[in-house]
Amino acid sequence: MNEFLLIFRRDFQTKEIQPSPEELQQQLKQWQEWFGGIAAQDKLARPLQRWDGHGKIVDPKGVTDGPYAEIKEAIGGLIIIKANDYEEAAAIAQGCPILSLGGNVEIRMAI
Amino acid sequence: MDSNQLIPKLFRTEYQKIVSVLCRLFGIQHIEIAEDIVSDTFLAAAETWSIKGIPENPVAWLYTVAKNKTKNHYKRNSVFEQKIVTEIQHNSTKSGDEIEIDLSDKNISDSQLAMIFTICNPCNSNEAQIALALNLLCGFGVSEISEAFLTNREVIYKRINRAKEKLKEENITIQQPSVTEIKNRLDNVLKTIYLLFSEGYYSTSQNTILRQDFCAEAMRLVYLLIQNKTTNLPAVNALMALMCFHASRFEARTNEKGEIILYEDQDETLWNTELIDRGTYYLGLSSSGEQLSKYHLEAGIAYWHTQKEDTPEKWARILELYNSLLILEYSPIAALNRTYALSKVKGKEIAIAEAEKLSLQDNHFYHSLLGSLYTGHDNAKAVSHFEMAYSLAKSPADKTIILKNKNRVPSV
Repeated sequence: MNEFLLIFRRDFQTKEIQPSPEELQQQLKQWQEWFGGIAAQDKLARPLQRWDGHGKIVDPKGVTDGPYAEIKEAIGGLIIIKANDYEEAAAIAQGCPILSLGGNVEIRMAI
Repeated sequence: MDSNQLIPKLFRTEYQKIVSVLCRLFGIQHIEIAEDIVSDTFLAAAETWSIKGIPENPVAWLYTVAKNKTKNHYKRNSVFEQKIVTEIQHNSTKSGDEIEIDLSDKNISDSQLAMIFTICNPCNSNEAQIALALNLLCGFGVSEISEAFLTNREVIYKRINRAKEKLKEENITIQQPSVTEIKNRLDNVLKTIYLLFSEGYYSTSQNTILRQDFCAEAMRLVYLLIQNKTTNLPAVNALMALMCFHASRFEARTNEKGEIILYEDQDETLWNTELIDRGTYYLGLSSSGEQLSKYHLEAGIAYWHTQKEDTPEKWARILELYNSLLILEYSPIAALNRTYALSKVKGKEIAIAEAEKLSLQDNHFYHSLLGSLYTGHDNAKAVSHFEMAYSLAKSPADKTIILKNKNRVPSV
């Protein structure tokens, strides 16, 4: 078994594509079910952790507050899972609710 | 009631109280002396009461005799005098040769609480903690404990003695933990008490009364924690709620032959509504504070199971609770139950796909679950899963249920 970092990203900027409160409510349920499914296979490698949605960015020019005008797709969250290989990790990631909001999942294996 | 009936009854309720008080007084190193004194006290009761009749206040009689026997022991035994009395005097404000043996309600409950934290110590294995708790906190004899564990007396006897030796080796002090310590130690205490409850609830022993007693004792220990201000915490109330909900189905979950009746086949008129109400009360109390323990989630699940009717809301809530429970702490049984709830919410097809990801091929519950999910969907597969479950199951009780389910599959 290997460990994989799953990073969820989506566009939090473009106003027209932001989900409605009802859609967000629905999303919440989907995330919980998706996490529950991973946990049911005993494949959560770390306890879930919530992260602040704004944050800060440091670059040579200094420190700026989020949300970030220059970054189109910001991090929505991340988890670490257990999987045999990239193929299995990708299969799990395909159930991630961020995809239905036009977002994506970046996968990295721990080495 | 004659003394032949009264003494065993008092032994169960009073033995552990006096032992707790004396143990706390003497320290864990002299636990046997405490037990000997209390055993002698009951022996004296049996002899005296059968001749002179039962005294007006039997409990007070026992306490007085136990106090006197302790004082006599202290006078006669030089080792006791040197080792323990100095210690007791060191720890108390009293001087002189009079040691104070306080058998007031307050000191009994404080001592029992201290003993709970002493006995539920992870230096011993779970099995050893449970056996010791049943013996020293609940007043069960070796033969009763061995009957419930479906093993022989010798095994339990050794287990208890080894556990005591371990407590001595580690030099565990018998005292109530401080408020800051409770946070770290309560988890293990609750775990042990819940295991003790489950031992009674799920034991395949035929002795129903004994099993019920185990459950009642576990609930009494939780109640002791609830009564004490420092241990009356949300997770403790949640565990109490969980036990009440489970215990409410005690009568309904086995038939007169002691065979398990599955949840969906139970006669809900046999469910104990008083216990359900009490469970709901404690569940309400548990919701104060921000801490969400696994007992909260399990109590929530058990609460929804007290609603017999299959509403969409019921299963949607149970599924959510299982999701949260698994995210908090994985267990195979929770994973299987989540999948069952998923089938109720999203249908069998989705649940089968999720079930097949679980890789619990060696678990007979896994094959039973797939057996029931495939029933009416793909009956040939259902039968083969039930057959697999049957060959993996060890206890006759499990095998009986599996066979019953297999016979329900419409013939292929």
